[in-house]
Amino acid sequence: MRPGEPLILWDWTFSHLPDIARRVEEHLVLTGIAIGLGFVIAFVLSLAIRQSPFLYAPVTWVTGVMYSIPSLALFSLLIPFTGLSITTAEIGLVSYTLLILVRNIVGGIRSVPPEVRESAIGMGYSQWQLLWRIELPLGLAVIIAGVRVAVVTTIGLVTVTGVIGQGGLGALIIQGINQFFATPLVIGAVLSIVLAIVLDGALVFIQRRVTPWTRATQS
Amino acid sequence: MDFVLAVIAWLAAPEHWTGSDGIPNRVAEHLLISGLTAIAAVLLALPIGVLFGHSGKGGFIAINVANLGRAMPSLALLALMLPIALSLKLGLGFWPTFFALVPLGIPPVLTNSYVAVREVDRDVVEAARGMGLREGQVLRQVELPIAAPLIIAGVRNSAVAIVATATLGALVAGGGLGRYIVDGLARQEYPRLFVGALLVAVLSIIVEVAFSVFERLAVSSGLRLATAATDVHIQERPR
Repeated sequence: MRPGEPLILWDWTFSHLPDIARRVEEHLVLTGIAIGLGFVIAFVLSLAIRQSPFLYAPVTWVTGVMYSIPSLALFSLLIPFTGLSITTAEIGLVSYTLLILVRNIVGGIRSVPPEVRESAIGMGYSQWQLLWRIELPLGLAVIIAGVRVAVVTTIGLVTVTGVIGQGGLGALIIQGINQFFATPLVIGAVLSIVLAIVLDGALVFIQRRVTPWTRATQS
Repeated sequence: MDFVLAVIAWLAAPEHWTGSDGIPNRVAEHLLISGLTAIAAVLLALPIGVLFGHSGKGGFIAINVANLGRAMPSLALLALMLPIALSLKLGLGFWPTFFALVPLGIPPVLTNSYVAVREVDRDVVEAARGMGLREGQVLRQVELPIAAPLIIAGVRNSAVAIVATATLGALVAGGGLGRYIVDGLARQEYPRLFVGALLVAVLSIIVEVAFSVFERLAVSSGLRLATAATDVHIQERPR
């Protein structure tokens, strides 16, 4: 950064508001697609694990290995095959959500006390009804907790997709680094932190609203 | 198939194995900054976490630091450290990366060491006190040995997060394996990019596995039977 330059030049900020808004939108869209796709895949995997519990170990092993690969490295491993594209970004982002989501969806389902499950079966619930009316509603708090972690993690990872040219707030950060100009860099960094905190708070709120019975036991 | 051959050709080229941009030097740079950062993070976080756990105070801080750490996008942290390091006249490369990585490495160690010590069976601690052990002895001879595996799990998470994120240091002109990725992207030289990414991925997995082994070995012999059944699972960590 140039000597004496303030961290934020407000003129620049105000004249670039539409640009900043577009970056926020891109960031949210990339996050939304990743969480949506990740949840669908994780849900299907969790149902498979519910049917055949022996699948749990291999599924968490594979998703765990993916989770261990650093984000920039995973994107870079994909680039030679899928290019600098949104596909590359989303394959990486979705794979990172899987470990967290599968663990929490399975954990949510398994958190239902066996006597509750037995009673439901005794009352003639089918497997499908047991899942939708008993296991998923009772496991919802744990499942949403997983979604929270996945959302917050993904917001952070989406900044890295800016490096591979997929927009979002990371693009502002990269612009700041490349032009040696603090303002876009600080705005991109601060907004991505704010976005993570705001969405985390929103999901806590949603979780309390949809699972009011957990409030009594929450400290 | 052509691409695989290009990657092999890149790896086979002798100029990619020598000099400052050679693989050995880049791996060494990567390990140096990761190691120094991890040591700094552990030195800062471990004593605080253990003391919080021992005294039972500061739990709120210990838990919330973890949440904060997870919410902190690594690239954002690195970006914010750049103007700070420059205004302190520390230059590009090493120092901004170091300053960004230390706060990223602290939360897993702090939280795990707090939880590890706190969750030592209070009856055991009381029994130790009843046998006349002083506080320091209780901590060293009872709490720490029991807490060791979970503390090491925290160090592992921290170390893996640091090794992974050190890659981003190349964006602010740092060395390490991230150089191959950033330069490979800039020059559209995909074999370079791919090799860099592969090396980073392999390095993180090696660190992860090495610490997991260490974690198992650290289980105190008296506890080995009791904990054999609990699975060691990967925890969320800052990325």
